[in-house]
Amino acid sequence: MKKLTLMAVAVLALSGVLHLASVQLDRAGGATDGNTFYFYNWGDYIDPELLEKFEEETGYRVVYETFDSNEAMYTKVQQGGTAYDLVIPSEYMIDRMIQEDMLMELDHSRIEGMDNLVKDFLDQPFDPGNRYSIPYFWGTLGIVYNETLIDGESLDSWDDLWSPALKESVMLIDGAREVMGLSLQSLGYSLNSTNDQALQEAADKLDGLVPSVKAIVADEIKTYMIQEEASVAVTFSGEAADMMWENEKLHYVLPEEGSNLWFDNMVIPKTAQNPDAAYAFINFMLEPENAAQNADYIGYSTPNEAAMELLPEETISDEQFYPSEETMDRLEVYENLGPEYLGIYNDLFLEFKIQRN
Amino acid sequence: MTKKPKVFLFVPYLLWLALFVIIPLFLILYQSFFDIHGQFTFGNIVEYFTSGTYLSMTLSSFFYAFLITLVTLVISYPAAYLLTRLKRKQLWMLLLILPTWINVLLKAYAFIGIFSQSGSVNDFLAFIGVGRQQILFTDASFLLVATYIEIPFMLLPIYNAIEEIHPSYVSASRDLGASQWETFRRVIFPLSLSGVRSGVQAVFIPSLSLFMLTRLIAGNRVITLGTAIEQHFLVTQNWGMGSTIGVVLIIIMVLIMLLTGERKKGAAK
Repeated sequence: MKKLTLMAVAVLALSGVLHLASVQLDRAGGATDGNTFYFYNWGDYIDPELLEKFEEETGYRVVYETFDSNEAMYTKVQQGGTAYDLVIPSEYMIDRMIQEDMLMELDHSRIEGMDNLVKDFLDQPFDPGNRYSIPYFWGTLGIVYNETLIDGESLDSWDDLWSPALKESVMLIDGAREVMGLSLQSLGYSLNSTNDQALQEAADKLDGLVPSVKAIVADEIKTYMIQEEASVAVTFSGEAADMMWENEKLHYVLPEEGSNLWFDNMVIPKTAQNPDAAYAFINFMLEPENAAQNADYIGYSTPNEAAMELLPEETISDEQFYPSEETMDRLEVYENLGPEYLGIYNDLFLEFKIQRN
Repeated sequence: MTKKPKVFLFVPYLLWLALFVIIPLFLILYQSFFDIHGQFTFGNIVEYFTSGTYLSMTLSSFFYAFLITLVTLVISYPAAYLLTRLKRKQLWMLLLILPTWINVLLKAYAFIGIFSQSGSVNDFLAFIGVGRQQILFTDASFLLVATYIEIPFMLLPIYNAIEEIHPSYVSASRDLGASQWETFRRVIFPLSLSGVRSGVQAVFIPSLSLFMLTRLIAGNRVITLGTAIEQHFLVTQNWGMGSTIGVVLIIIMVLIMLLTGERKKGAAK
């Protein structure tokens, strides 16, 4: 009994000391003064040198935290108790956050450099007039393949995924909108279709894809493709850029039927403590040199026209990452379908997943 | 002991129980009666029992949980029995329990490395001339990893149950002329059943709703109810349907507890 009491006391004392230490560390970091900029971003989604440069130029101290999914970010911001000054969600999440009144309306007179952005990427349906968000990166959904593993099979369209030659070799991303969307587009429908008959047709067509599918996974696709676990994968352009950096046999194709066009935009949550810092950061990222440096480091496509001129010629001329206007016309942005149709998409996708057993 | 201090000692436990067990259970039940528009409805439960998708998902969850439990039991029982007969039991036990100190996700990622096309298992298969095989994303690999993770939870209760059997029972049985096999069948096995029961509960119930492993190791080839719950809470925001699945799972678990529960309380003590 004496031993037990002693141990309990030791545990309590230890946790007390650790707690004090963490409080002390927070303070030493200056986390309590108004000079701090809380930045909540996707993992590995900014050149760390830019953060240092921002600190030097503006005098703000950056606290950088990361998330791995829009949903995780949403839950954390919505629960409150956080003081992120700037967050970078994707377009459908921005739509939802606007509807739920979670974002601060931007004062455009305080933002410099909007003219640097590609006009086509502004005034999108998820945020008309860019009242709440400023583009950070953009990209597409497409097919990554390993040239040595597909035996000269040509892959130009979503339809090619149904080819019998790809038996058990395709990795799909675990997302209802993405997988249903590619089936819809291969049939010539919009990936935002709310036509029940079109959706059923797309679901029926997906049944035929079952033999080709090797696995339905998420972020792990990157590792698997680099390690050559699978020969083909459906993934986002940014992820693809990362993979191609690691493994030179990989190539990215933007399917000819069209694809999804996605955006990650900068927004200021209503819970922000230091909007001034957020505006300073938005302006900093809109500067062409900074946007170019970031795009060069991360490998995603920048929406900053002035920055594109600063990037190497071979990057900009890559049709798969900076597609021609003609291809751009076939790209569609996910619209918020409302809970009912989101449910239908997910149920159809779940049915597809179950069939694989 | 007098009665008063006993009641007093129960207060923190009861508070905990109410706050973190009973209230959440009622919240889940309450939530399951609402549709996506916040209207009161019985539609979720009706949909669950009329939709082929949810029923087949329930069946497959059951089937895999059953397989996992069976395999862990077949491995753990003899292992636990042997352990009680060994010298340095504590050391061996420690070695078997050690894997539980490592986070489940970390273990899953380690298995991805081991099973992948360029992993050590395939390196070995290629070396002995069998050639590389697809190991990841198969039922077998899912079963193996799930079993590996669950084994300590089956092994411990069985080991404790066998360890608690007083040696005099075994001596008495041998003295009365029972063979070693008969002693095991009529004395040790019946007395260790309480451990088997808690082991089965500890393994079967979590196995019903495994969901990270189904994606990481089985590439979503195995779909359990956990997958659907995750989707309803995170993606579709249909908390009503997610809660309904949760309620069904809870009912199934209660049934299993009742079926495997001890009939005579404290019989094994």
